[in-house]
Amino acid sequence: MNEIDLSVNIGSLKLKNPVMLASGTVGYGNEISEFTDLSKIGAIVTKSISLKPRKGNPPQRITETPSGMLNAIGLANVGVEEFITHKIPFLKKINSTLICNIAASSIEEYIECVEILETQETIKGFEINVSCPNVKEGGLIFGNDINAVGRITEKVRAKTNKPIIIKLSPNNSNISDYAEVVKKEGGDAVSAINTLVGTAFDIYSRKPKIKNITGGLSGPAIKPVALAKVLEISRKVDIPIIGIGGIFDWKDAVEFMIVGASAFQIGTVNFVNPRASLEIIEGLKKYCEETSITKISDLIASRII
Amino acid sequence: MFIDDCVVASNTKIAENTFLIGLEVPFSTEKLLPGQFFNIKVSNNSFPLLRRPFSISDVIENRIYFMYKVVGEGTSIISKKVKGETLNLLGPLGNSFNIDDSFSTAIIIGGGIGIAPFPFLIKKLVNKNIQVLFGMRSKSEAHNYGLVNINYSSDDGSIGLHGNVIDLLDVELKNSDETKTKIFACGPNAMFRALQKYLTNKNVLCEASMESAMACGFGICQGCPIEFKNNPSYNLICKDGPVFNIKDIVI
Ligand SMILES: Cc1cc2nc3c(=O)[nH]c(=O)nc-3n(C[C@H](O)[C@H](O)[C@H](O)COP(=O)(O)OP(=O)(O)OC[C@H]3O[C@@H](n4cnc5c(N)ncnc54)[C@H](O)[C@@H]3O)c2cc1C
Ligand SMILES: Cc1cc2nc3c(=O)[nH]c(=O)nc-3n(C[C@H](O)[C@H](O)[C@H](O)COP(=O)(O)O)c2cc1C
Ligand code: FES
Repeated sequence: MNEIDLSVNIGSLKLKNPVMLASGTVGYGNEISEFTDLSKIGAIVTKSISLKPRKGNPPQRITETPSGMLNAIGLANVGVEEFITHKIPFLKKINSTLICNIAASSIEEYIECVEILETQETIKGFEINVSCPNVKEGGLIFGNDINAVGRITEKVRAKTNKPIIIKLSPNNSNISDYAEVVKKEGGDAVSAINTLVGTAFDIYSRKPKIKNITGGLSGPAIKPVALAKVLEISRKVDIPIIGIGGIFDWKDAVEFMIVGASAFQIGTVNFVNPRASLEIIEGLKKYCEETSITKISDLIASRII
Repeated sequence: MFIDDCVVASNTKIAENTFLIGLEVPFSTEKLLPGQFFNIKVSNNSFPLLRRPFSISDVIENRIYFMYKVVGEGTSIISKKVKGETLNLLGPLGNSFNIDDSFSTAIIIGGGIGIAPFPFLIKKLVNKNIQVLFGMRSKSEAHNYGLVNINYSSDDGSIGLHGNVIDLLDVELKNSDETKTKIFACGPNAMFRALQKYLTNKNVLCEASMESAMACGFGICQGCPIEFKNNPSYNLICKDGPVFNIKDIVI
């Protein structure tokens, strides 16, 4: 049998396979490269970067919940300057497709970040995080404001010809309206979903388990929600979707593609099994062989309802 | 970096709620360092979802031993593992105790299950005077696995000194030359806070092995921050630690 074509397109961005590593779950790539060959992976999305370094939230930042985890890292990151001087050189060497995720507290900050990073050849696209639930300014305030999402897309579009992916929040009712605005303002794709707002309390101390009180829920627990959001967007808006949420193995990944995702990102699973990305690629190949699929892109939105 | 299933060789109770599990590993254990830890997946499914970190407690040939206390779901599952079953190990992770600086006496302080990393450290401390101070709530937690020259203290007075390890340390330091002594400590944060305060005006080296909730254990989730006194950004317990100079950290 001929080699299976695993490549997919997200707007003008061509990926060798649909497996992407989700922002905030692989840092800037160096640690996870001890476990996995990053050059084999479709794309790596770096930890949300902001104009200036961010210290992040005080501990405790994470806690486990049934089939998931809550995190309130608070966008701890090295800032744009340090990212360019110390992180990009490594990312360049590993020969994977680099998507740079940006978080900001104002529309101006998004624009400034894109302006600075735009000239970096290693960066093949931007993912704009308008949906972090764990910071006071920016984050969800933008994610829940459809006009702000539209303006951010428009302004960022004006500054770069690289593919722009807007990462949407599940913490609102009509995610497809947001996807529609992204499309209208010239965004290339949307990624869905970021984490869901959640909390957990200790019943003896009666205190929240994480210092920030609320955090973002990720992991297998959110997969059905994420799938429903991808389905909603796919039914209503003609825009490439990157599916995210609770993917732990190749079966989860196939499910996302069938429902409507052109590619997908894996997050929490990297903490538990840093080799999951490669295992998923192998699983996808086997699935294609078994089901006589020659191009994985044939799976996208192939749902039968 | 190693990540794979390892076969349980033994799993025995050594004190109340406290067990020692031995796992056969397929790699050379020669390079393992005291203070390092492994992140262990206790099930093949998503319950519990995350790995659980455990310090290397002892190494015998190609077996690694972990000493653990049953405190929740994960440790409860481990306590039921029998010979021949497997656990998935990821590691070794983290830095280690530094045993190369000049000291002739090592004072080892373990608060409760915080004693876990020390049998392995003691094996590596050759030609040193070793004094172990083992504090606990009550006698039921006491054991002597891999320890030497033990002084116990207990909150309820049921074993050793009626008091805490800081009281034991106070007595111990009075009899030693501070400049030739190094303290190695592991235990709950309340113990570390008391220890840090006690050592403020003393000139004795002290390394502390710190704990935190962890998701990954190798630096990618940013879940395990620890504040340094003179540094605006956080360090990570899993990657920069878990062993720190007690004078550097904010507890
Ligand atoms: C570097 C390191 C080394 C350790 N070495 C040992 C050891 O040798 N022996 C031993 O018995 N225990 C050790 N621990 C603690 C051990 O990891 C926890 O007791 C264990 O994770 C509890 O799991 P559980 O599912 O039984 O408990 P549960 O209460 O059901 O779950 C514990 C959950 O809470 C998180 N958590 C929250 N706060 C903490 C905290 N302060 N410390 C650890 N986990 C926390 C865990 O990550 C986990 O997700 C170590 C911890 C660290 C960080
Ligand atoms: C610890 C942690 C940190 C994260 N940090 C970011 C971030 O900086 N930027 C971002 O856009 N998403 C961040 N996310 C969200 C993930 O990229 C992803 O959208 C989410 O975890 C759902 O996928 P999963 O269930 O596969 O983890 C973070 C998630 C986790 C668990
Ligand atoms: S536990 Fe993930 S960074 Fe330390």
